[in-house]
Amino acid sequence: MKYLHLSVAGLALAATAASAQVPTLTVYTYDSFASDWGPGPAVEAAFEQVCGCDLRFVTAGDGAALLARLRLEGARTEADVVVGLDTALMSAARDSGLFAASGVSADYALPVDWTDDTFVPFDWGWFAFVADRGVAAPASIEALAASDISIVIQDPRSSTPGLGLLMWVRAAYGDRASEVWTALSDNIVTVTPGWSEAYGLFLEGEADAVLSYTTSPAYHRIAEGDATKTAWAFAEGNYLQIEVAAKLGSTDQGELADRFLAFLVSDAVQSVIPTTNWMYPAVMPESGLPEGFDAADERPAVSLLLDPSEAESLRREAIEEWRAALSR
Amino acid sequence: MARRALSVSPLGRVGAALAVLICGLYLVAGLAVGVRAPSDSIARLTDGDWAALRFTVLQAVVSAGVSVALAVPVARALARRRFIGRGLLIALLGAPFVLPVIVAVLGLLSVFGRGGLINDALALVGMGPWSIYGLQGVVIGHVFFNLPLAVRFLLAGWQAIPAERFRLTEGLGGSVWHLLERPMLREVAPSAFAAIFLICLSSFAVALTLGGGPSATTIEVAIYQALRFEFDLQKAAVLAALQAALGIGGALVALRLSVGMVQGAGLDRPVLRQSGRVAGFVDGVVILAAAAFLVLPLGMVAAKGVAGLGDLPDGLPAAAIRSLCIALSVAVATPALALAIAARGGAAQGVAMALPLSVSGLVMGTGLFIAINPVIDPAVLALPVTALMNCLIALPFAIRVVAPALARAEQAYGPLADGLGLHGVARVRVLYLPRMRRALGFSAGLAGAMAVGDLGVIVLFAGQSQETLPLLMYRLMGAYRTTDAAAVALVLLVMSLSVFWVFDRGGRADAASG
Amino acid sequence: MLRLDRIDIVQDGFRLGADWTVEGAARIVVIGPSGAGKSTLLSAIGGFLGGDVTGTMTWQGERFDPLPPSKRPVATLFQDNNLFPHLTVGQNLTLGLRPDLKTTPKDRERVARALSEVGLDGTEDRLPATLSGGQASRAALARVMLQDRPIVLLDEPFAALGPAMKEEMLDLVAAKLAGRLVLMVTHDPADARRFGEALVFVDGGVAEAPLPLPDALESPTKRLAAYLGSRK
Repeated sequence: MKYLHLSVAGLALAATAASAQVPTLTVYTYDSFASDWGPGPAVEAAFEQVCGCDLRFVTAGDGAALLARLRLEGARTEADVVVGLDTALMSAARDSGLFAASGVSADYALPVDWTDDTFVPFDWGWFAFVADRGVAAPASIEALAASDISIVIQDPRSSTPGLGLLMWVRAAYGDRASEVWTALSDNIVTVTPGWSEAYGLFLEGEADAVLSYTTSPAYHRIAEGDATKTAWAFAEGNYLQIEVAAKLGSTDQGELADRFLAFLVSDAVQSVIPTTNWMYPAVMPESGLPEGFDAADERPAVSLLLDPSEAESLRREAIEEWRAALSR
Repeated sequence: MARRALSVSPLGRVGAALAVLICGLYLVAGLAVGVRAPSDSIARLTDGDWAALRFTVLQAVVSAGVSVALAVPVARALARRRFIGRGLLIALLGAPFVLPVIVAVLGLLSVFGRGGLINDALALVGMGPWSIYGLQGVVIGHVFFNLPLAVRFLLAGWQAIPAERFRLTEGLGGSVWHLLERPMLREVAPSAFAAIFLICLSSFAVALTLGGGPSATTIEVAIYQALRFEFDLQKAAVLAALQAALGIGGALVALRLSVGMVQGAGLDRPVLRQSGRVAGFVDGVVILAAAAFLVLPLGMVAAKGVAGLGDLPDGLPAAAIRSLCIALSVAVATPALALAIAARGGAAQGVAMALPLSVSGLVMGTGLFIAINPVIDPAVLALPVTALMNCLIALPFAIRVVAPALARAEQAYGPLADGLGLHGVARVRVLYLPRMRRALGFSAGLAGAMAVGDLGVIVLFAGQSQETLPLLMYRLMGAYRTTDAAAVALVLLVMSLSVFWVFDRGGRADAASG
Repeated sequence: MLRLDRIDIVQDGFRLGADWTVEGAARIVVIGPSGAGKSTLLSAIGGFLGGDVTGTMTWQGERFDPLPPSKRPVATLFQDNNLFPHLTVGQNLTLGLRPDLKTTPKDRERVARALSEVGLDGTEDRLPATLSGGQASRAALARVMLQDRPIVLLDEPFAALGPAMKEEMLDLVAAKLAGRLVLMVTHDPADARRFGEALVFVDGGVAEAPLPLPDALESPTKRLAAYLGSRK
């Protein structure tokens, strides 16, 4: 234990020594972004080639964990940039006062207009139920509720897609949300704490469909050569998740942070997003989307997205409503 | 003769200091979470929180009750049968306990799930499907994790009954059950129940995933929600305090029902005694059923992992080495801590056995993060803090094994050691290490194996390049890479069992001390 | 001179008093009914009872009752567990010289000599489990010889031996521990006759002052006579 400790401390010292020569840009992001198979390594290599700096990723489990960590650290945080918040967290993030405007903008290929000067979108996706092509696709959430299709969903109290579905039902059905949840309850096999558990259960055959993203089948098609999975586009639309990055107000590398945010929406990053983060790029790369990335029937015609502050104020009530409907 | 404080005082003083440190650690972490709350947040418990509280207690009581009840016939059968592979079976029995939750749940579902073996079998005879999801699922999940633990506790109880007493009872024509087994269970079962109750109280993923919906919400989920989504630290602290109070209260009630402390013995010595053909058949069925229940899901985990072994992810060797380092340091430190704390006994031992299991790991991790962050980059301490937390989590189990062994060693050789002036290091070297090898080896193995499988606080602390095996596995699962994740799970399972086996074996190697 | 000055031992519901003096080297047998407190008396002198004992104990005028067992001028042989089964005979004896088991050639020589004196030449490297009961008793005695304490307490260490073996051991103790004060618990008046120079009778909550042998047995007090009578 003592030696382990020393060696860890030694590594940290070495890192500090190296960074004395060039500025370090500390980027907080979620695990899978920085993992070997995520966009992180490509982003780091490409940015370090042009920035004359050392890019360092610090990771947390997911977007909510990132924001929680930044709020715990407050102004003392080492983070210069955070990559991986999303539309559901934006309102709380804005209210925290931790973030500063970067003025970065681009020609976004988002299904909605984007004018925010603090939060820079870098990818997006629609929430969707993913199933085998063999399962007859329902046309809407209500149709799904009326069917005997079994689904696995995530808990909105601990998971981003789970919260997304809550907002989806709200955005699509308004005051009838509670009724829709009651109708859905007999379709729900179980509610998992996070996306991984739900998707794992689905792949194990525990349910016909799982709450995920319209881009999930792309992974199976491109990485595994398995074309049997599909995502359902619903008539009332699918709810959007837009992932964003932002500069911390407390950064001492403001200029470098702005350059990084601009780099994030440049072609160098955006072209690797689809097959590393398995989301739609926020700016369409010159090369377009990779072959087989989406199928025509997986693209919803309507995009639903509640205004972040509205979603934030609805959340507590919506969770209680969801809990009450499913506990019956 | 009672143990004299006089003779164990140097080690006991270390133990007392350790207990104070542990208390302080939990206090600091708890205060760090509770005090830093935004001033406008009022710890307001919703209906949902109260429902979660009720369900938490319900599932913990039922899970612990069923685990202990099922453990009675299994431990009884293992206690009186000797068969090939018995040692291996007992070792494998410990495996679910040390697995990451999601791996165990997926393994369990491949047997009990909608597409699992049981429903396949039911479909063959035109029945089913049977759904695991609900309270039954939560209980099955917890029994899967904790039955082995209960079996070990009870088995130790059985083997502590001297063989002569069985012969005496049978010679007198008395009922073994009434005269020996039931009184022994009165001693052992409550503490087994208390331990499992505590473990189930802080259940998170098992309860939610197998519970089938929000009615199966535990307090831990509410804590998670408060910490992560609402950033309501004060509420998280209140919920955690409530959970800890429930845990300590529940454990105290259970232990009050217990009579005395069992003097456990080695687990590989069957109590050989005559019994009829019917009893033999029943024992056989019980052992087979328990083995199937515990080993089948593990087999499914292994089978799935094999497919991915051909193409292991790049990060695996480094993650495996990191996990191994943590496991080894935990395996060495935990029995040492347990020995010192058991030497002190009393309140110190109570604190070290109750706190780690009663306090929400999430709150503890967050509290440590808050406390450490202003001083030093938490990522630097990720691995040491993970090792420390793993050590504390394993401590209650280690003490449970080490304390009776210490009492036995002291009872037999304490006066001799006193007379010869064996104190401090000399006493540890000449008396404790050789006389308690088995208990120390077993607790080292258990602690190390648990550390291999525990995701723990590494999630909160680790930077990009500090993946442990469980973290790597979760990250792979979170990136669609289920085949890779299954392979990592298999590596993890094998490593965990190996760590257990090596230390446990090491403890038994010296035949002369047997 | 061993002085027990108003010793009072209290242990949940049990009580034993002793207030007497023994001059110099002697072999004293401690005798009395089961449960009267013979072993308890030895434990108190040996220092194994902690805070349950009041009064003072002195050896050659120096008080030793506040000291831990290993600092007292006392060596004890218990009923069993006198040797660590995981240590060799040689290591067990070495413990009588040095608790850290680090030996010098001189230490090893002393151990070998002690073993030789009790007739166990060359058994240094054997484990106690490979010795017979009588041999184990001799090894334990050899360790006590090495410990070089002026007072030796024998808490029925030879109870499990056969009569012939026991007599042999008693003679060996008498020979090898000459010059020390030996207190030995026994049930057997024959042991007292063979071994003892004085007798302490423990009964009714009192360890009486030592009486010279064989007179004490030839013309016993009333209570001792009752005890001896009840044994026949």
